Amino acid sequence: MKPTNTYSKEVIKHFTKPANQGEIKNPSAIGEIGNPVCGDVMKVYLKIAKNKSGKNYIKDIKFQTMGCAAAIATSSMITKLAKGKTIEEAKKITNAQVAESLKGLPPIKMHCSNLAADALKKAIENLEKKKK
Amino acid sequence: MEKLYLDNAATTPLAKEVVQELNKKISLFGNPSSRHVLGREAKIEIEKAREKIAKSINAKPEEIIFTSGATESNNLAIKGLAEANPTKKQIITSEIEHPSILEVCKNLGKRGYQIDKISVDSEGIINLKELKDKISKDALLVSVMHVNNEIGTIQPIEEIAKICKEKNVPFHTDAVQSFGKLKIDVQKIGINLLSASGHKLNALKGIGFLYVKRGMNIEPQLNGGGQENNLRSGTENVLGIISLAKAIELKRESEKVEKSRDKIINKLLEISGSKLNGSKEKRIYNNINISFYGIEGESLQMFLDEEGIFISTSSACASNKLAKSHVLKAIGIDKMYLNGSIRITLDTLKLLTTKQEDFIIKKIKENVEKLQKISPFKFQEDKK
Repeated sequence: MKPTNTYSKEVIKHFTKPANQGEIKNPSAIGEIGNPVCGDVMKVYLKIAKNKSGKNYIKDIKFQTMGCAAAIATSSMITKLAKGKTIEEAKKITNAQVAESLKGLPPIKMHCSNLAADALKKAIENLEKKKK
Repeated sequence: MEKLYLDNAATTPLAKEVVQELNKKISLFGNPSSRHVLGREAKIEIEKAREKIAKSINAKPEEIIFTSGATESNNLAIKGLAEANPTKKQIITSEIEHPSILEVCKNLGKRGYQIDKISVDSEGIINLKELKDKISKDALLVSVMHVNNEIGTIQPIEEIAKICKEKNVPFHTDAVQSFGKLKIDVQKIGINLLSASGHKLNALKGIGFLYVKRGMNIEPQLNGGGQENNLRSGTENVLGIISLAKAIELKRESEKVEKSRDKIINKLLEISGSKLNGSKEKRIYNNINISFYGIEGESLQMFLDEEGIFISTSSACASNKLAKSHVLKAIGIDKMYLNGSIRITLDTLKLLTTKQEDFIIKKIKENVEKLQKISPFKFQEDKK
């Protein structure tokens, strides 16, 4: 049996030195997912701007996360994946892609701590609701 | 990097005195059931050990049944008693027992037993009134642990035993975290069954025992050659038994360890959003269990790993099971603290130096603050 709690080097890297951690003042939108009882809560902040071709894109993205190493690493990874992308492109990012970019997650963590793409989707939803 | 092992409630390193003793006896290989000299040599060793262990809890040698460890002892105590007394169908235990009690009860629950789990207060101390009220005429056994493995709370086993005696129900205690560390007099207290394990007190893994008070009728769970008074067949773990008898002779630095524990507790409680889990006074001298607001224990444990500080957590993802700590839930911990707990359990033979203590405190503080900075939940803002 393989140990179920071993993380890839990539996960450890993002866990110990997370990218884009913190808050954005006056964000364009916020997305939050999870609840403290479950253990993992992630909050994504977006700053949206128009690119040269007039499309909305993610100019800045930051996160705050309470959770285990996998939760923090996936949060860090999503900000890297989403930053600079148009809204349409960002919508397509999946939890599976986040896990893949981290060279995999322990099976036990796939469900409970792999929430980053959902948090981003929620932030985009909130953004679109705001516009309506 | 120096390695600081602070997870002694999980298991302990072999004491050097135990290693020396084992080295002396390592070539002892005879089967204690054999009649020849080599067998008799082994038999003499295990009987000497049995006597010593029995004496340490004021029991008689024949009341000590060696097992593979406390999980087996707990299984033997409960299932063995149930099988020997098939008409009694109620088992009373507590909400904060070790899984090797709770799972046995769950199993028997499926087979028609009524399982009553007595609640505990915010410090993890069992509600004695509830215990008294719950014991019915149908009661087979009351099983309450002596010291809790997660939060270190010491149960009032004298009072529990008294209640059991009044109600004429046998009392079993899982003494894994206390045996060899706290004084236990089975006769004075009035214990009928007691489980203990070797590797929690610097002896080998794979050895433990069940104390079975004379006159108690229990059915063996392993049938075979009839070793251990017919209660536990299988060739005895001779070296394990020798290691256990040696380990109980060693001097535990209870007072000094307690001082070290209190220093670490008090310093950690200075960290913003920290909270001690369990009782401050009724607590085993080597246990620290602290929660930090808005963070997860596993993350903290991993950061400390990098510093060479080895602790444990009772939180969600720490173990292979994704379950929350049933102990922290039972003491009614606030949800913002539920996942952010760490357990530090000190070595009871070797003291930390002041420098080591300060290093541990400093590193925990640094890393808690780092995680609190990452967290969306800020202690100051959210404080009620």
